[in-house]
Amino acid sequence: MSNKTYLRERFFPHLWCPGCGHGIVLSGLLRAVEQLGLSKNDLVMVSGIGCSARISGYVDFHTLHTIHGRALAFATGVKISRPELKLIVPMGDGDALAIGGNHFIHAARRNIDITAIVMNNRIYGMTGGQFSPLSGPGINASTAPYANIDPAFDVVELAKAAGATFVARTTVYHVKQITDFIKQAVVHRGFAVVEILTQCPTHFGRKNKEGSAVDMLKRYQETTTPIGSKAKQDNPDLIERGIFVQKEAPEYCDQYDLVIERATGGQ
Amino acid sequence: MNKNIKFVQGNEAVAEAAMYAGLSFFAGYPITPSTEIAEILAKRLPANRGKFIQMEDEIASLCAIIGASLTGHKVMTATSGPGFSLMQEALGYAVMTEIPCVIVNVMRGGPSTGIPTHGSQADVNQARWGTHGDHAIIALTASTHQDIFEVTVTAFNLAETYRTPVILLFDEVVGHMRERLIIPEKGELPLVERLRTSVKEGVDYHPYLPREDGRLPMSDFGGVHRYNVTGLYHDMWGFPSSEPRVVHGLIRHLVDKLENRVNKLARYKEFYMEDAQIVLISYGSAARSALHVVTNRRLRGVRLGLLELQTLWPFPSEIIREKCAGARAVIVVEHNMGQVMQSVKMAVEHPDSIFLANRIDGTFITPTDIQNILRLIQGKGV
Repeated sequence: MSNKTYLRERFFPHLWCPGCGHGIVLSGLLRAVEQLGLSKNDLVMVSGIGCSARISGYVDFHTLHTIHGRALAFATGVKISRPELKLIVPMGDGDALAIGGNHFIHAARRNIDITAIVMNNRIYGMTGGQFSPLSGPGINASTAPYANIDPAFDVVELAKAAGATFVARTTVYHVKQITDFIKQAVVHRGFAVVEILTQCPTHFGRKNKEGSAVDMLKRYQETTTPIGSKAKQDNPDLIERGIFVQKEAPEYCDQYDLVIERATGGQ
Repeated sequence: MNKNIKFVQGNEAVAEAAMYAGLSFFAGYPITPSTEIAEILAKRLPANRGKFIQMEDEIASLCAIIGASLTGHKVMTATSGPGFSLMQEALGYAVMTEIPCVIVNVMRGGPSTGIPTHGSQADVNQARWGTHGDHAIIALTASTHQDIFEVTVTAFNLAETYRTPVILLFDEVVGHMRERLIIPEKGELPLVERLRTSVKEGVDYHPYLPREDGRLPMSDFGGVHRYNVTGLYHDMWGFPSSEPRVVHGLIRHLVDKLENRVNKLARYKEFYMEDAQIVLISYGSAARSALHVVTNRRLRGVRLGLLELQTLWPFPSEIIREKCAGARAVIVVEHNMGQVMQSVKMAVEHPDSIFLANRIDGTFITPTDIQNILRLIQGKGV
């Protein structure tokens, strides 16, 4: 396929640093869209603020680049008002789970048919390397010069607990899985969360002596493992990849149709 | 007998008017004293195949209606002081992206939690400058339920015409007070529908290239034109730009499209203004007491007039200057520490002749309060 079919060339060059993992997410996403045969007119991408949020400008869908942390709230308005549209909401870790944490759990609770992609590089890249709620203890950041003491969220556990009906995790090393998971997430009827670990060599890598972008990519191979693997039993520190939740539950827009039916007496 | 006569709260008049104007999407969060608007629309909207959603907070509420407006719906949210504070960032986003929406703020006493169940008019300047950055805004108000109805319909019309958020600044007193409302017949009040682009599929559509008259024809999300919407400074395609020419052009467009139409946007009512020697300027619930004083004093031969403002922003300075030119004194009557008075002082030639009659204790300003100020000005003592 040609990614160009889905890109706005007028918008380029993009603003991501050399070695950034976000381009791999974008590429995996476009493959998913192509393989699903979705019409560009039916796709709405809503994003907030940050490096990851800029992804919306580059794709030739209906795109809404909003304010920090609130992408899911805007997306909720778009979705309920036009339920036939497919909503994809890429967010950074800070965008999704610090300033946007409340909207994240409530979108999950409603089980509204939106695909949320958390591009997790464990750092605020655009503002120059401050720690995020996904950095975790011991991480060096410009606002944690003596190493971070803030515990991290586990995106998968949080999404599960909040009621998301599709929850998956992979990394930018596992490119084919990105496409596979996003495809399943978009097709899934309900709130779907795909966490994708993605490297920020410029801010996270440098401050934490993680080497080059390639070194960071390779580390995703070494530090992750499929769900329930033997490797995980041997080494509990490994991060699991795979689909954690995939279940049916009433979807919000469908439920609202029933409200309308009750309110109109089926007229 | 007219079957459209109702005896309702002001908040109900807002909800009825919104339905009349074609509201089809509302998102909100409970807050006193505006909650009745959400409650009524939770019932009315789905019965009309519209959508109502209770969001997790006021920020999300405004964000959700902006999203829904982009798909072609007429949208509204309603809140009060603390919720209005939370909405300020998203309000600026709607200004920047030129997305039509109506935001009701039924004012209560602040700052902070303040006095939720009592009236106030202290958010006037917040409506103007609450969000960051240079911008222009429309804010309307009214003092009677009939006027609330008409002003609410006007808010939708202006939002669609100028692609801007419009703020309705009502207050707890009119919001909760009950009085007669005659719902106009269909077609009695003009309704403005959104201007949509006539650009055909496959032809380059410029979502942010204003026509000669300054208006921007829209294309609904989900339609044949895919474009970018961003709160960053942007070019005619909606792509981010920091080019000085683009930045300058956009901020001028955002401000000029409203500020150049101040007189056209000005809604006001005049009572006994022809030969008034002393002019009362008021708005919202406070204007009810002001009108009582004017009517009462006129019976005793005092040449008193009332200018009741319905458009608070953009501030109708020129009209106020003209109307007050012949007055010996002007008394601004409002439930705050002189927010509109300050704007009036800047508008007139003799700011020394501007006085304030106000109450800031959560209670309603009475005709006696206003008459006391009047007596002081007339040198009669209280």
